Amino acid sequence: MTIDVVGVTKRFKTFAALDNVSLTIRTGELVALLGPSGSGKTTLLRIIAGLEWPDSGEVRFDGEDALSRSVRERNVGFVFQHYALFRHMNVFENVAFGLRVRRGADKLPEAAIRAKVNELLHLVQIDWLAERYPAQLSGGQRQRVALARALAISPKVLLLDEPFGALDAKVRKELRRWLRHLHEELPVTSVLVTHDQEEALELADRVVVMGHGKIEQVGSPGEVYDNPATAFVHDFIGETIALPGEVKGGALYLGGRALGLDPQGVADGPARILARPHDVDLADPSASAISGKVLSVRTFGPTRRADVQLNGSSGPVVVEAAVPHGQDLAPGTEVGLKPRRYKVFAA
Amino acid sequence: MSASSSRLRFRQPSVIPGFGLTLGLTLTWLGLIVLLPLSALFIKTSELSLERFIAIVTATRTLHALQVSFGLAFAAALVNMVFGAIVVWVLVRYDFPGKKIVDALIDIPFALPTAVAGIALTSLYAENGWVGSLLAPLGIQVSFTPLGILVALVFIGLPFVVRTVQPVLADLDQELEDAAASLGATRGQTLVRVVLPSVWPALLTGFALAFARAVGEYGSVIFIAGNLPGISEIAPLLIVIRLEEFRYADATAIATVMLVASFVLLLIINRLQRWAELRGSKHG
Repeated sequence: MTIDVVGVTKRFKTFAALDNVSLTIRTGELVALLGPSGSGKTTLLRIIAGLEWPDSGEVRFDGEDALSRSVRERNVGFVFQHYALFRHMNVFENVAFGLRVRRGADKLPEAAIRAKVNELLHLVQIDWLAERYPAQLSGGQRQRVALARALAISPKVLLLDEPFGALDAKVRKELRRWLRHLHEELPVTSVLVTHDQEEALELADRVVVMGHGKIEQVGSPGEVYDNPATAFVHDFIGETIALPGEVKGGALYLGGRALGLDPQGVADGPARILARPHDVDLADPSASAISGKVLSVRTFGPTRRADVQLNGSSGPVVVEAAVPHGQDLAPGTEVGLKPRRYKVFAA
Repeated sequence: MSASSSRLRFRQPSVIPGFGLTLGLTLTWLGLIVLLPLSALFIKTSELSLERFIAIVTATRTLHALQVSFGLAFAAALVNMVFGAIVVWVLVRYDFPGKKIVDALIDIPFALPTAVAGIALTSLYAENGWVGSLLAPLGIQVSFTPLGILVALVFIGLPFVVRTVQPVLADLDQELEDAAASLGATRGQTLVRVVLPSVWPALLTGFALAFARAVGEYGSVIFIAGNLPGISEIAPLLIVIRLEEFRYADATAIATVMLVASFVLLLIINRLQRWAELRGSKHG
């Protein structure tokens, strides 16, 4: 099912949770809404679900107006951040809930309900837990129950709010792969909300990066990582070295020194030069425009990072640079930095 | 077998200190405040011969008083459970001007001297009272009938239900109702299948408290009841009457029956509530 969000605005008192947001999600896609807390991603998800109504704008499912339908009538599967399992029902009854509340012509006979629930429990690989109660399950198991319950109503749209947020790192990774696999097996369009960039980049076909109630960039995981559209996206996704520079007469300056770097069309004025740590090489300080003093060197796992203090246009700046293996770097030495790839944005 | 493993598994190893001290204090306190007066009651009762005891307890007047007390207390607790649940729903779920005042009003029956409540209710519901004069043409008489007792017991029992259920409903995760709605449940189905089972143990506790209070209620009831033996005479009043006649053993016999009956009923409600809770949370 195609989901169209057109010009949606939502305010909570004076705070604009969503500011004129438009987005198209194609049939069968798995889209991640990625952003820091307060960016409006959960509000957007809840508006798509029908748990929240926008102040203005439209939401369309396959071209049909969805806002005139309540959450009951939209037939969307929703997985809540804290699962929202019914504590007084066992796993089987939790999954069967969506089928049991059907009335009239849609009502299923008991045998059909049992068959469907067992099939779903098998799909999410927890058949053996059918008689347990939610309090007796681990976080990962609850997550699977929540997913099976949402899938019971055969939704065309599956919405997941921070589905792995409450799980430990190992289980999270395992479930992530499993969810991707599940999405491919089912005829469903999925939207996932997360603040974890790794999760979004690994899982999604397309990533929607949100900040301050606006969409900053929509693109494939590769696009948003390699070609961030705004400084916000560059900062938020992946690691970033940020240098406060200045564009003067079509050239980039840092602390009064010409850098010899391309200002990438940014107009005269203060600018930010952003680069990934692994795209910045260490160089001979006398031969490079950017140089500074090493404050400390840290090693974690396979990577080594040096804190380098530079002289920016307004006081000293400390950046984190990647240190190649086999290179010794004592605190206090002068090093030069040479960005291979970088982005310039007006500050 | 070593000495430690053959000891009773009475005391679990725990990081919380002071088990011996606090248990001792608890038992001493319970003994002094609760058990001592109760055992005095039983000792006094035991002065009666069994035949005499049975004769007192099965006297028509006694049986009727007990029936009035327990029956009306049960009915009043039921009424309070239903309407208390509605009051809680409104107080927790909606915002309206004057909500704080309404919330404070709930506690009035706690604080008001019961005699004051009884007199106020009697004058309201008497045939020439504000409410009573409206009901009289319909042939409904409240004051000086069992219906009046019910009104008084409902009045004093309401805060028990409201104050036990309120925090539980307030803590109920809104997401549960969102989840039910997203699965296609109507508001009614959500209420019956999700909300009610979640607050059910608290509702039962509120019911038990309201019931217990109503069984023993004296002050407010005697003004409105009319106290006709066999019609609107409650057991606590009968006890007082026997005391005034210096028939102490008779009084304690009735009291003993009330005590045992209350204890059994509360125990049943307690079991019910535990069962409802267990179904919901920890299994093993």
